[in-house]
Amino acid sequence: MEETIRFKLNGKKKELQTDPANTLIWVLRNELGLTGTKWGCGTGFCGACTVLVDDEPVRSCSVPVSDIAGKKVTTIEGLEKNGKLHPVQQAFVDHEALQCGFCTPGMILTTVSFLKKNPSPTKDEIIEALDENLCRCTAHVRIIDAVLDASGKMKGGK
Amino acid sequence: MKKSDNQAKTSMAENSPGMKRRSFIKLLGGGIILFFQPWDPAGLLAMPQQQRRTLTKDYNAFLHIAEDGMVTCYTGKIEMGQGIITGLAMMMADELDIPFEKVKMVMGDTELCPYDAGTWGSQSTQTFGPAMRAAAAEAKAVLIEMASAQLGVPATDLVVKDGLISDRNNVNASVTYAQLAKGKKLEKYLDVKPAAEIFSGFTIVGTPHKRVDAIDKVTGRAKYTGDLKIPGMVFARILRPPSHGARMTSVDVSGAEKNPGVQVVRDGDFVAVVGENKDRVDEAVVRIKAEFSFKELPVNDKNVYEWMVKAESRSSVVREGGNIGEGRKRSAKVFESEYHDPYVAHAAIETHTALAHLVDGKMNVWASTQSPFGLQDAIVNELKMTRETVRVRTPFLGGGFGGKAAYQQGVEAAKLAKLTGKPVMLMWTREEEFFYDTFHTANVIRVSSGIDDSGKISFWDYHVWFAGTRGSEVIYDVPDFRTMSYSENRAAFQVHPFGTGPWRAPNNNSNTFAREVQIDIMASAAGIDPLEFRLKNLKDEKMIACLKSVADKFGYTPAKGPSGRGIGIACGHDAGTWVAEIAEVRVDKASGKVKVLRVACSQDMGLCVNPEGALIQMEGCITMALGYTLTEEVHFEGGDVLDRGFDTYEIPKLSWLPKIDCVILDRKDKPPKGGGEPAIIAVGAAVANAIFDATGARLYRTPMTPERVIEALKKV
Repeated sequence: MEETIRFKLNGKKKELQTDPANTLIWVLRNELGLTGTKWGCGTGFCGACTVLVDDEPVRSCSVPVSDIAGKKVTTIEGLEKNGKLHPVQQAFVDHEALQCGFCTPGMILTTVSFLKKNPSPTKDEIIEALDENLCRCTAHVRIIDAVLDASGKMKGGK
Repeated sequence: MKKSDNQAKTSMAENSPGMKRRSFIKLLGGGIILFFQPWDPAGLLAMPQQQRRTLTKDYNAFLHIAEDGMVTCYTGKIEMGQGIITGLAMMMADELDIPFEKVKMVMGDTELCPYDAGTWGSQSTQTFGPAMRAAAAEAKAVLIEMASAQLGVPATDLVVKDGLISDRNNVNASVTYAQLAKGKKLEKYLDVKPAAEIFSGFTIVGTPHKRVDAIDKVTGRAKYTGDLKIPGMVFARILRPPSHGARMTSVDVSGAEKNPGVQVVRDGDFVAVVGENKDRVDEAVVRIKAEFSFKELPVNDKNVYEWMVKAESRSSVVREGGNIGEGRKRSAKVFESEYHDPYVAHAAIETHTALAHLVDGKMNVWASTQSPFGLQDAIVNELKMTRETVRVRTPFLGGGFGGKAAYQQGVEAAKLAKLTGKPVMLMWTREEEFFYDTFHTANVIRVSSGIDDSGKISFWDYHVWFAGTRGSEVIYDVPDFRTMSYSENRAAFQVHPFGTGPWRAPNNNSNTFAREVQIDIMASAAGIDPLEFRLKNLKDEKMIACLKSVADKFGYTPAKGPSGRGIGIACGHDAGTWVAEIAEVRVDKASGKVKVLRVACSQDMGLCVNPEGALIQMEGCITMALGYTLTEEVHFEGGDVLDRGFDTYEIPKLSWLPKIDCVILDRKDKPPKGGGEPAIIAVGAAVANAIFDATGARLYRTPMTPERVIEALKKV
């Protein structure tokens, strides 16, 4: 049965007619056209599908869309502001912290959420925060460097 | 923000279904098109038979110089994260003397691009690259000739900089590539040979360069196959057997058909559900009830090594020299070892995905595959179509590692598109990805070797079952040697219960593991430091240089093993690149857990085209290697693959990361060699040797799990 689900998507109010049982990732990708959110395993293990719900990382492959009613959802498409990359996105570019790029949106969103809570993390804290996001191209060295760099540049910012 | 090449390519393609090469040339509009042949016959012969097409006499690669001065290279290679979309563009920009931004790559489209057997084996830079560069050099000569005619200046007086050709004696006499191409419709056929050249004087090649696809990938704009959408598109799920040995005996689809908005499609044993809503399709497919009969091979992950050695196989002598018997007699000590490697999965984060749409008799397929032309042929065979009516395109790949040299999903999507008449999107589930993966083969390697009183290797008798020959070279200076390879004789004996295929540096990981652990065993028995033992037994200058530079980078001090320090060495070569690595580990003797603390790596890869890209590939290789070294092993019982997710099949996480130090030896005067694989080959042995150095426990198989480390510790 379809219902109206109201939420905030990438800063804008959204009203959607959909079956509340539909999986969040498929609603984002197939109904809203936001394909930056990647599907990697469907069981929450890889983290490619990570989006932010009220600034917390959520595996969008493992929750129904009804879970986001009344909440604030941020996908990778929502990070850029006025054509300018988010500092975390910029740091991933600067440090070449990606290869195939499939895990990248999930990595970046997890980082954005993490740096909000911990603006000056140590290397070990970064590793702990991102350890459940898998990267098979193994750009690990660069990802850690990028997050360290982004945290430095974001200090005093938002 | 500019669109990525891939997006531009996709949209162009969508606007013009059924486009043929000639019409493509028309579509390019004005400008200069240069055709060349990128074939390297030796490289082609090394490719898998079924994916090799007859060597064509046709000119089948293009450079297009457009009226706005943009230069586009059309190549059948694909981008899967390895960075050739950047590296190849750099080579071309340099050779044509144009800014890097003026170069565009169009990749992996069977209709627009020349035939290419597939993207694997670190061949793009070393085989295709020189041919493309030679063509670009020819193209520049053609442009200079045209400028000479237009300006009335002898070609010898003309110089090129940033796409501007000018008279060295008169700054006012000049013409740009764009001006030369303007209003032209010129086709030139180049007769180029990728000769050995002097690689120097470049401004772009050899300098660090950021990847061109990075911005699209951090913003979510980069399009992978699963991100494409065609009006009326349906998602598909296919009913799968529980094991590779299972055959369907009955099926009841009534449960699935009750799901709203889905359609059950059936063609014999091929049963699928399609529908516009992915969730409904996923729900429906599990409601299909099917029964199967089983005929499994009596093999599992435990008995497979015994199974392999007793299998009826084809044996061949790969290389032999001297006399093994004589060498054995001269030996003061003889060592017999057997090494085992399990089946290993590719586990790219993007599963095999394909979108297929049949329009007016033409099958349009977009697929995450390393072999677009192989998929095209497979669809032609499966659906009885012609090459002209099947077009395969490759958007960005979310990782390949050899696993996407296979393209079953593309054939399945095409079949469903034909059966339903709709555009069909098929994204394999993670379970399907593991189940149908073409694993790197398990293998057995037996080595007998000896040393004389002075610590020189006296003989080397090497037998490898099912790991092929890549990386099986002796490397060391041994007078009496033999390498025997045993390969599958499928007509007589089916060895593997499921598909196998190339992995990152296929087989070389296994061969380097066996060789370098055996070397370490002999060094320790001789009471000689393992670095010194290697140098003493090597004549290969490149290997010696790599070993010395990696020792320097690591700050290695000699000690005979086991020294208690936890330091191990290994070396080898792959794809024309020489590599030496030193690993440092900490072993928790109570739990058997191994932590790799540090890996230093030195690599001789000839001219390094993109040092930044090469360094990333080296770091990636080393990090990925931790998987096959410590955890990765496919468990199975007959044709039933037991590991079907990241919960039990563990791949390297950020927390596993050692400190990594890389050196790329300066070889600007040598042709470029492969960089995407070599650094992965020696990590397993370096870690095994480091575990021995730390504890005295010798490991003869990967992965070196805590249980196996504890077993080995018991024997110390």
